[in-house]
Amino acid sequence: MKAPVNKIISLSVVDGPGNRTVVFLQGCNISCAYCHNPETQRLCTGCGICATKCPVQALTLEDDKTVWDRQKCVQCDACIQNCPHFSSPKVRDMEVEEVFTEIMKNVPFIRGITVSGGECTLYPEFLTELFCMVNKEGLSCFIDTNGCIELERYAELMRNCDKVMLDVKAWEPEVFRDLTGGENSPVKKNLIYLAEQQKLEEVRMVCMENVVDVETIIQGIAATIPGYLADFTLKLIAFRNFGVVGKFAETRSPSKEQMEQWKELSVQNGIMHTRIV
Amino acid sequence: MSTVYDVVTSKGLTYEQKLVALAHAAEDSLNVLCIPEKTKHYMETGAICDLNEGHAPYRPRYIMPDYELAVKQGCEFLRLDPPKDLDELLQFLMILYRHVPSITSFPVFLGNLDKLIEPFLDGVSDAEAAKKIKLFLIYLDRTITDGFCHANLGPEESRAGWIILGLEKELQNAVPNLTLKYDSDITPDAYAELALYTSLYCANPAICNHKMHQETYKQSSCSFVQGRGGDYGISSCYNILPIGGGAYTLTRVVLPHLAKEANSKEHFLQELLPDCLSHMGDYMNERIRFLVEQSNFFETSFLAKEGFISREKFLPMFGVAGLAECTNMLMDDEKKTYGHHAGADDLAEAIMQVIADYAAHSQALYSEIFDNHFALHAQVGIDSDHGITSGVRIPVGAEPDSMYDHLKHSARFHKFFPTGCADVFAFDPTGRNNPAAVLDIVKGAFAQGDKYISFYASDSDLVRITGYLVKRSDLERYYNGEAVLQNTVYLGGDNYRNARLENRKVRTTG
Repeated sequence: MKAPVNKIISLSVVDGPGNRTVVFLQGCNISCAYCHNPETQRLCTGCGICATKCPVQALTLEDDKTVWDRQKCVQCDACIQNCPHFSSPKVRDMEVEEVFTEIMKNVPFIRGITVSGGECTLYPEFLTELFCMVNKEGLSCFIDTNGCIELERYAELMRNCDKVMLDVKAWEPEVFRDLTGGENSPVKKNLIYLAEQQKLEEVRMVCMENVVDVETIIQGIAATIPGYLADFTLKLIAFRNFGVVGKFAETRSPSKEQMEQWKELSVQNGIMHTRIV
Repeated sequence: MSTVYDVVTSKGLTYEQKLVALAHAAEDSLNVLCIPEKTKHYMETGAICDLNEGHAPYRPRYIMPDYELAVKQGCEFLRLDPPKDLDELLQFLMILYRHVPSITSFPVFLGNLDKLIEPFLDGVSDAEAAKKIKLFLIYLDRTITDGFCHANLGPEESRAGWIILGLEKELQNAVPNLTLKYDSDITPDAYAELALYTSLYCANPAICNHKMHQETYKQSSCSFVQGRGGDYGISSCYNILPIGGGAYTLTRVVLPHLAKEANSKEHFLQELLPDCLSHMGDYMNERIRFLVEQSNFFETSFLAKEGFISREKFLPMFGVAGLAECTNMLMDDEKKTYGHHAGADDLAEAIMQVIADYAAHSQALYSEIFDNHFALHAQVGIDSDHGITSGVRIPVGAEPDSMYDHLKHSARFHKFFPTGCADVFAFDPTGRNNPAAVLDIVKGAFAQGDKYISFYASDSDLVRITGYLVKRSDLERYYNGEAVLQNTVYLGGDNYRNARLENRKVRTTG
């Protein structure tokens, strides 16, 4: 079985507990206005625009497909910056076994893997197969998700998944829709399901004044899973415009004081492990 | 410093540094060692380098007193009774350290600090203990003005250890260098994580593979070892040496300087290298002979008389430097380099095997603790080295992209060195938020056979030069021609520039 892989990072100190290898799958089911890596959102259409912009001719068009020459590439990211489709020509369709082989090169230096995206739960069968193989090696398997796909529907995947890091990007449906173009009722179902299953590692939200309903999210989480508030970390991520394209490209980050106030609110609501990042 | 006059009139040296330099000049006015012509040749080419130890050895290079014994029995010569409480202990140690010689004239080993302090913490609150230990640590940093000074922690966690690590982050001291002895079966994760977290703020402590190192002197047939089980300590730049003993001398073979004379790989491996090693071994024996038989050090030192050190627990450290450059010279192909090409690494291993065979089959004088053999050591380099990488490290700027590949390569070469071999990694400051991740890397490295690793954060003021610590802010003052407190700033300053250490690859998420 194959899935489109944007990249694999062998060493990460920021994607879950301990040192982990992170697999980024290509394609997303929403499109956040503040997306920091918009090139992971869509699959390549083979339009060839990036090939004309590549300064070292590392990209060519063959049979309506963009072909990337890894040796020639100088990682300048001109292709990504010029892609009109929120994609990347460097995505590779990889077999589960290929990804597994890449991961195993990093043993014994890692304690597990995290699969991220794009939105990795768009490929539940691929994840299930990968996690089965990786679990057998004694490595933990984490999912990093926007929560828009109900995980309860994939029982075998969840049996092999140790923990999930869940985005709660907004609480009010219309705020979520404005921000992402999607529906957030699955996110709330996932929040409850993961908490009950003891699989909630971390909840994250990107904090933006006047755009994200930060207070409502905090209160919403506290009211929805009141018995589980000590079981996970809430990460309050201050919005940064680095890498952002579109309407928020120039928007400023919230102040330190504002972030501290939100953290205070979170702790007051019983979410013991709250961190600003 | 070329002449006594230059030393006396220097603007860049403190009074204390002048005194040491003058003593060195006086020692070098003697001519008491018998050195054959061929050895002199290798010294002139730089292939054999005695690290400027001096012409008439009158004290061992590194001394590792058994401080735990001293604390238990007191010291007659210094008229000190065994300490009974924390104040007495800290004063006892401060006095005793003052009288421990070494090649730098400062103590290079301060003992297992946590184990020395822990028994005296009963009934002392954390706050009280922290205040006293803080003053003690400041005293050490300001009076032992030599970055080669080293203290050890672990492998067990202890209250004293937690307090010391907490203070280190705040104090930002270059002295003492600290190493945590780490054993995943003994050291709790939380304690090791605190150590690594601390090192990402102040480059201290380094972390060593206790499982491997504790075996170093266990097997010795020396009868003196039986009682203590061959315990080891880490001194100076990660020297793994017997407690109650130390190293007589450290001379090194600078491989690229020898490779210049080679006609071919075979000529180097089969003729040049064995000949040079043999001359180096003889030279080291000559130094040991003078030190043991003529200098009267062991006859006069109270450390020996009172049993804090024993002559039988000293050994010679046989240094190796520049394996990378030597290999690259002999390969003579810029696409086939050390750390990146299997053929180059195989050649490097063959070179090391020749050296290891020499060490295993030659006789070192008065070295009972190591079964009368020379003990290999991956020497870190000196300030005047240009284009010579420490020991068996991969040169700065040419590190493999993958930190894991780097560590696997290291493990392949660490195995040759019983008395110390280490790597230094500059790490991204984000590691501070996840020290457990850094510990995962350490666990993996140690499982592969890496023996010793140290980290510092790429934005930290304190940096590890080759083995010792220096503050970047002190380097700036040295570059401006000002006198600075610690002698290692001079060494570090030149090394930092000559070895382009600011280019050390920063390990980060990626």
